[in-house]
Amino acid sequence: MKFTEEHEWLRVEGDVVVVGITEHASAQLGDVVFVELPEEGSTVSKDDEICVIESVKAASDILAPLDGEIVEVNGALEDNPGMVNDDPMGEAWFFKMKVEDLSPMDEMMDEAAYKDFVE
Amino acid sequence: MSAKTLERGARAPAEGIAISGKGTEGASNGGFQPATTVPERESPARQGNGMGDLKRTGLYDLHVDLGAKMVPFAGYEMPVQYPLGVMKEHLHCRAQAGLFDVSHMGQVILRAKSGVVSDAALALETLVPQGLLELKENHQRYAFFTNDQGGILDDLMVAKREDHLFLVVNAACKDADIAHLRAHLSDSCEIEVIEDRALLALQGPAAEVAFARIAPSSQGMKFMEVTNIDSAFGELWVSRSGYTGEDGFEISVEAGRAADLAHALLEMSEVEAIGLGARDSLRLEAGLCLYGNDIDTTTSPIEADLLWGIQKARRPGGARQGGFPGEDRIFGDLAEGTARKRVGLRPEGRAPMREGTVLYASEEADTPIGSVTSGGFGPTIEGPVAMGYVGSAHTAPGTTIFGEVRGKRLPATVTAMPFRPSTYKR
Repeated sequence: MKFTEEHEWLRVEGDVVVVGITEHASAQLGDVVFVELPEEGSTVSKDDEICVIESVKAASDILAPLDGEIVEVNGALEDNPGMVNDDPMGEAWFFKMKVEDLSPMDEMMDEAAYKDFVE
Repeated sequence: MSAKTLERGARAPAEGIAISGKGTEGASNGGFQPATTVPERESPARQGNGMGDLKRTGLYDLHVDLGAKMVPFAGYEMPVQYPLGVMKEHLHCRAQAGLFDVSHMGQVILRAKSGVVSDAALALETLVPQGLLELKENHQRYAFFTNDQGGILDDLMVAKREDHLFLVVNAACKDADIAHLRAHLSDSCEIEVIEDRALLALQGPAAEVAFARIAPSSQGMKFMEVTNIDSAFGELWVSRSGYTGEDGFEISVEAGRAADLAHALLEMSEVEAIGLGARDSLRLEAGLCLYGNDIDTTTSPIEADLLWGIQKARRPGGARQGGFPGEDRIFGDLAEGTARKRVGLRPEGRAPMREGTVLYASEEADTPIGSVTSGGFGPTIEGPVAMGYVGSAHTAPGTTIFGEVRGKRLPATVTAMPFRPSTYKR
């Protein structure tokens, strides 16, 4: 699993990359009450704002961590946004993307580096 | 989703709800910090946003011990939330009882130099459109200072006691309010600012049973009654009131005894500490105005739908009609109606409409009809709730209007407030 400075986690599953937000991010956001997901099939570029998360405190965005195509989104989050607080690293993944070039992931943090980053 | 993204991501809402003041970037000082919440019934708008000169209430150590996240608010370092979190704090207050530190608010005693409380009431009536002469002893009433333009300088509570009036004013406005009182009432009244007492609010359906263990006689009080009660924590100045839509009490206590009283309450199984974040969502669900957001110097009480707070004696044809600042505008608004009015909104779907959201009559309309002044998620409503000002053609409950959220027009229904029926002990 890899981590971005934007507090996303990325996990390669077969030919897709699964993306969610970290435990740390979820805790900082507070209770999540609304999630807006990208459209399946949409093509995105790195740093595009593709998801909206609203907590009781504020709205924030998730940026696309890589160039690619959104192949699947986790629709359950729209009905039950609280999953983002309950299980951010597991059940509450946000989207899966098909990525041509995975090499930027080599530059991303591993778990230990991310832990240092947030401390 | 960097801190930067979060700040930008929070967009209009962040500017409104950043706790350190409008248009600032919140308390964020690096790291992953969403622009922090919306608090309370007072606006941080006029306050500086540095952590530098902040004051602390007598309960500061208690907040820190409880694990609160402290933020700058109205010149004080205040708890925005405890480890329970905003949502659970809100729900706990509605289900059981919540304890709030509101010691940053101003407590003021107004005494007529004649010694007669009616003279103090009549003096204060020159600054507010409320009927205070007929207010019964040991009762309090919601009031607002108006300016010469008929706008609102602050909202406050006024209690009538045997020989004085007791005022509770918003933290962000208290210096200005005290100066205002001194400038206008010094000839006839003594204005005593109470610096040596803290103020706690205990709110929720279990507030009565919890507080009865400390002050048994409080059980017999009705909504908006006030009294002094001797207790193990000294003399308490108690009102049966609050700002959450719940039954409960506001308790003025000697500063040196406040932490002990708070501890005693928090040891009770019903009671949890509640921060400014949940205080804001609670008052929003109750349809209560946040000064600086929903009412300010530009809103007349009639636009703000606060006519209920102007007693008949002060209205046209009343026994003591007018005689307060801005009378002409307020009576004009009353006679002719206003171009805009404050309304409640229930956005469809789950997306909150935050402060600043621009409102339109239709999906296509070019011209806005108003904007949201407070908005967020209502944990008890289990959906987004908002209030704002709209043109008078759009104020009927049931009207569908549209709020522009991230470039999309989303429908919202004009809704009577409170969003959730209040449970005051009448």
